[in-house]
Amino acid sequence: MMNDMLIPVVGVVTDIRRDTPDVKTFRVVGLDGKKCFEHMPGQCAMLSIPGVSEAMFSITSSPTNTEYMEFSIKKCGCLTDWLHSIDVGQQVTVRGPYGNGFPVEEDLKGKNLIFIAGGIGLAPLRSVINYVRANRSNYGKVTIVYGSRSMDDLVDFEEIKNEWANEKDFNVHLTIDRPQEGWDGHVGFVPAYVKELNLNAADTVLLCGPPIMIKFTLAALIELGFNKTQVFTTMELRMKCGIGKCGRCNIGDKYVCKDGPVFRCDQLDEMPAEY
Amino acid sequence: MFKIKKNSLNKLYAAIAEAQTLYIPCNVNGKPNFAVWGEGADVDLASLKTVKSAKEVFFPQCEDIVSFKTKGKEITVIDCRKESEDFVVFGVRACDAKSFEILDKVFLSDPVDTFYKTKREHGTVITLACSRPEESCFCSAFGIDCAEPSGDVATYFSGEYLYWSPKTEKGLNLTNSLKNLLEIANDKDNLALENEQKNIREITKKLPLYGLDLSKWGADDLLEKFNSEKWQELSSACLGCGACTFVCPTCQCYDVRDFDKGNGVQRYRCWDSCMYNDFTMMAHGTPRPTQMQRFRQRFMHKLVYFPSNNGGEFSCVGCGRCVEKCPINMNIVKVIKAFGGEGK
Ligand SMILES: Cc1cc2nc3c(=O)[nH]c(=O)nc-3n(C[C@H](O)[C@H](O)[C@H](O)COP(=O)(O)OP(=O)(O)OC[C@H]3O[C@@H](n4cnc5c(N)ncnc54)[C@H](O)[C@@H]3O)c2cc1C
Ligand code: SF4
Ligand code: SF4
Ligand code: FES
Repeated sequence: MMNDMLIPVVGVVTDIRRDTPDVKTFRVVGLDGKKCFEHMPGQCAMLSIPGVSEAMFSITSSPTNTEYMEFSIKKCGCLTDWLHSIDVGQQVTVRGPYGNGFPVEEDLKGKNLIFIAGGIGLAPLRSVINYVRANRSNYGKVTIVYGSRSMDDLVDFEEIKNEWANEKDFNVHLTIDRPQEGWDGHVGFVPAYVKELNLNAADTVLLCGPPIMIKFTLAALIELGFNKTQVFTTMELRMKCGIGKCGRCNIGDKYVCKDGPVFRCDQLDEMPAEY
Repeated sequence: MFKIKKNSLNKLYAAIAEAQTLYIPCNVNGKPNFAVWGEGADVDLASLKTVKSAKEVFFPQCEDIVSFKTKGKEITVIDCRKESEDFVVFGVRACDAKSFEILDKVFLSDPVDTFYKTKREHGTVITLACSRPEESCFCSAFGIDCAEPSGDVATYFSGEYLYWSPKTEKGLNLTNSLKNLLEIANDKDNLALENEQKNIREITKKLPLYGLDLSKWGADDLLEKFNSEKWQELSSACLGCGACTFVCPTCQCYDVRDFDKGNGVQRYRCWDSCMYNDFTMMAHGTPRPTQMQRFRQRFMHKLVYFPSNNGGEFSCVGCGRCVEKCPINMNIVKVIKAFGGEGK
């Protein structure tokens, strides 16, 4: 019988990194030692531990990484608690890829890019950022604005400090919500920080984070003269099938699992405000 | 066209059931529902509406998807799918038959749902024209003629006979296998049947919901409809019981769950309802916290979102089950009318 998208394959967790007190990054490969499947930046996969449950996560590694896939996962419920308790060598099930991903080969090509993330919202953007690094000549200047509650809550901190900050034509701006000992960087919320930075309103923005952060950051960008057509963001709704059939993730006539999770902000205006 | 005496129908059921599983409306625990036919079954072709619709034969209320064995850190995925065996579903009304076309648009569109597909391929649908449409019926609003249902074989009661008209290759094959039970209908029969159908269509026109106007609905004005203040009042008494979604032949939402069998894990899917408050619950809350929003979702999906994605086609067939079953007497007809779609 032909393949069915609901039937997963087995993957092995080959590395676990603690990013923050409640985020761990898991490296996953197939039983044959290769990636379970190919994906584009911004696409997602369903991970599960049989008997626990199954949930959707962004593939945070870049497709240009040929060896493995990575998932940065925040501990917040049944499955994610379980995943935070496993050791290297644990097998999980994987299916995907799902969703449209960011238009890296279309709208984003040749543009100066501004990445704005809050908290775990960096996960989908990291895939794009590393894709851009691997295809550097196809993209212009890169600005990264990333904020979280505290210094300890910055996901991928080592990679940001040691790799992104040293990349040519990359500008990295980090911020944390409250002052903290050992932190000499910026303090304050992302939307306010965005207004302080000298962003070029001609650039293209990729914006990911908690709904409230997206809302205020988008307002700040509009104030700075950005048009909604220049801003791409991701939506997060409860998902079960990932293929537009179980009826769980829709906003109006769109299924976030299949028509999203990436939307251009002007598209959101045409959708019911129910997210 | 063929025919068979009503009092010989048991022989027909037995002949079909000898070769393949036969699903047919039966009284089970006092309620008509599709059930597997066996000797002594209490077949009920008189009741117009089974409680649950015929979709259950293609999209079961509960269905295994995949099994797992786990040992220490290891997981084995066991594809527990089976190619469906051939089966026949008999006594499907025109509205339910139409609902299969709507479910096809969901489950057979890319990526194909193989669980559904294999059943669709192996199932032969024998429809039954309605002799006596009821007060709650409004299939005609969706262009359905309950006197002339679709299907692989369409059947019609008239006088002493059940008339039998194969419509597809699958239907012809089944008909050929039953040749020794079926008589060929003559001109007189055809005329009688035509008259019967004319009668049924006249009854249809007298139904209270006949002429329900859907012209105000469809893909247009999505946001205007969504933002209407009417939803508040329409939904104010809704209990969120989900009855309307479970009896509905076109509702397709499902949940996926794992069951630990002790010696392995069974992942299965089961019907779910957008009327439930945990349907869209996530770690940071739910986008539809009120019953008004969940109520609106159900009807907007059927009357606006589905048409928007499917060339204007509605995701309702006017079977009237939700009209009969809602404990607070709210239903899609009232919603349609509230936005200016008038009845007769
Ligand atoms: C497209 C997409 C991409 C995503 N990417 C990522 C990512 O990269 N990283 C990441 O960490 N997360 C990501 N998520 C979120 C992730 O899917 C959820 O965090 C995950 O589903 C949680 O699963 P769980 O089993 O741990 O939580 P669950 O046990 O399902 O519970 C999560 C929370 O929801 C609430 N809840 C759930 N069910 C109910 C109920 N029935 N009644 C009341 N409350 C309930 C609980 O309060 C609980 O705290 C993404 C989600 C989507 C849709
Ligand atoms: S919405 Fe009501 S009338 Fe329409 S198909 Fe579903 S149960 Fe039947
Ligand atoms: S509309 Fe009626 S049947 Fe449907 S959930 Fe509300 S109360 Fe229940
Ligand atoms: S997750 Fe099932 S429809 Fe989107």
